[in-house]
Amino acid sequence: MANKIYPDAAAALAGLLHDGMMIMAGGFGLCGIPEKLIAAIRESGVKDLTVVSNNAGIDGAGLGVLLDTRQIRKMISSYVGENKLFADLYLKGELELEFNPQGTLAERIRAGGAGIPAFFTKTGVGTLVAEGKELREFDGETYVMERGLVADLALVHAWKGDREGNLVYRKTARNFNPVMATAGKVTVAEIEGLVEPGEIEPDQIHTPGIFVQRIVHYPSYEKRIEQRTVRKRGA
Amino acid sequence: MPWSRDDMARRAAAELKDGFYVNLGIGIPTLVSNFIPPGITVQLQSENGMLGMGPFPFEGEEDPDLINAGKQTITELPTTSYFDSAQSFGMIRGGHIDLSILGAMQVAENGDLANWMIPGRMVKGMGGAMDLVAGVKRVVVLMEHTAKDEPKLLHRCTLPLTGAGVVDMVITDLGVFAIDKSMGDKEAGGMELIELAPGVPLAEIRQKTEAEFRVRPGLG
Repeated sequence: MANKIYPDAAAALAGLLHDGMMIMAGGFGLCGIPEKLIAAIRESGVKDLTVVSNNAGIDGAGLGVLLDTRQIRKMISSYVGENKLFADLYLKGELELEFNPQGTLAERIRAGGAGIPAFFTKTGVGTLVAEGKELREFDGETYVMERGLVADLALVHAWKGDREGNLVYRKTARNFNPVMATAGKVTVAEIEGLVEPGEIEPDQIHTPGIFVQRIVHYPSYEKRIEQRTVRKRGA
Repeated sequence: MPWSRDDMARRAAAELKDGFYVNLGIGIPTLVSNFIPPGITVQLQSENGMLGMGPFPFEGEEDPDLINAGKQTITELPTTSYFDSAQSFGMIRGGHIDLSILGAMQVAENGDLANWMIPGRMVKGMGGAMDLVAGVKRVVVLMEHTAKDEPKLLHRCTLPLTGAGVVDMVITDLGVFAIDKSMGDKEAGGMELIELAPGVPLAEIRQKTEAEFRVRPGLG
C-alpha cells in the first residue's frame, strides 16, 4: 500500500506550498480546524495566500495566526466577525475579502470536488452577492449562477483515520471538512487517532481515502472553545 | 407596556408547531428555545451541521467538538444527527426547514430584509442568513421596533439586503406584523399590524414605523 502517513505537519506539506496558492481550511469558528497544519503553514512562511474557510479564526488562534504574519492576501469566507485584526487589515486595504453566503460557499466547494463548474441557487438573488453574476429563471423563480471551487491544497481535521486515508469526523467538528477534502488538488488530513484499515466500519466512513493524499497523526490538540456556555446542575 | 426580550421570544414561540424543524438565529431568537409551548416537540437545526440541538452542557462537560452556529458549547439529544456544511445548507436551501427566526437591522413593507452589513462600518459577513431567508419555508424576524429612536420598519431598506421579499412576520417589542410577500413591490398594503403589545397605543406604533401598514380590524 502506498504510504500516506507523514511524520509531522511540516513533512506532510513539503513540496506542496508556493506563494500565491489557494488553500482551503476546514472548520467552523475554531471547531474542527486543522490547527497543526495551519501552524506548519505559518512556519513555512509561504505568502500571498488565498484562503477559503468559513471563518478567519480569532485574534491569535486558528487562521488568525496567518493574519498576524500577513501571509494571507485574500479570504473567501461567510463570516469573519470574531477577528479584530481581520477587520483592521480589511478596512486598511491590506486584505482582500470575498464574502460568500455560507451555503453557497459549501456548495461551491462540494461542486468543485464533484466536477461541477457552476450551479444556480436562489440564495443572494436581489442582493450585492448576485451583482455581476448570471441570473436565470427556472419554474418562475430567479436564480443566480455560482462557480464551483477547487483549491491547490485542502487542509482538513478528522477524528479518526486509517492508513488508506479513510476518515471519520466527530460531532460538529465535521462541518466543512468533508467537502473540502474532495475539493483540493491535494488534500492533507490531520487526525486525532490513527487506526489500521478495517478498524473503521466501512459503513461509518465519512470521507473515503481516495480524497486524501497525505495524513499526519497528532494525539493531542489545543481545541480552543470560543464561547463557553454552561447550565447549572439541577436546573 | 412594550414587550421585554423574553416576551418577544415567548410570542415567537407561539409560531412553532408540533414536529417543526426550526433554525434560530443569534441574539433574541436564541431565547425562543426557552419558551417552547408544552406538548410541542420541535427539532432545532444548527447550520454548522447538527439537527436536534440540546441545551448548554453542565459545567465541566463542555466539548469543543460540539458547538452551535453562535460558537457556544451545547449538548446532543437522543434525536440528534450530524452532517457536513453542504448537507446542512441543502436542508436549508432545499426547503426542508419549516421556520427560521432571526434578528434584523431593517425590514421593509415588501418583506425585504437587511441584517448583515453596514457599508464602511461593519465587516462581519452574512454567515448563513442569506441561505436561510432564501430557502426556509417561513421567516420570522424578532427585533426591537426602533434603533436609537430611528424606525427599523421601513418603506424600503437603506442597508444592503440579506434577501428580497423574504420576511413573513415581524415581532417587535411593540407588536406583531404579518407580511404578504405575494404583494411584492406592486403596491403598498402587504404589511398588516396584527397584534399590539399590551397597553401600547396604535398612535405610538404609527409614530415609530416608517413602513406603510394596514391595521387588522378591531385592533387598537
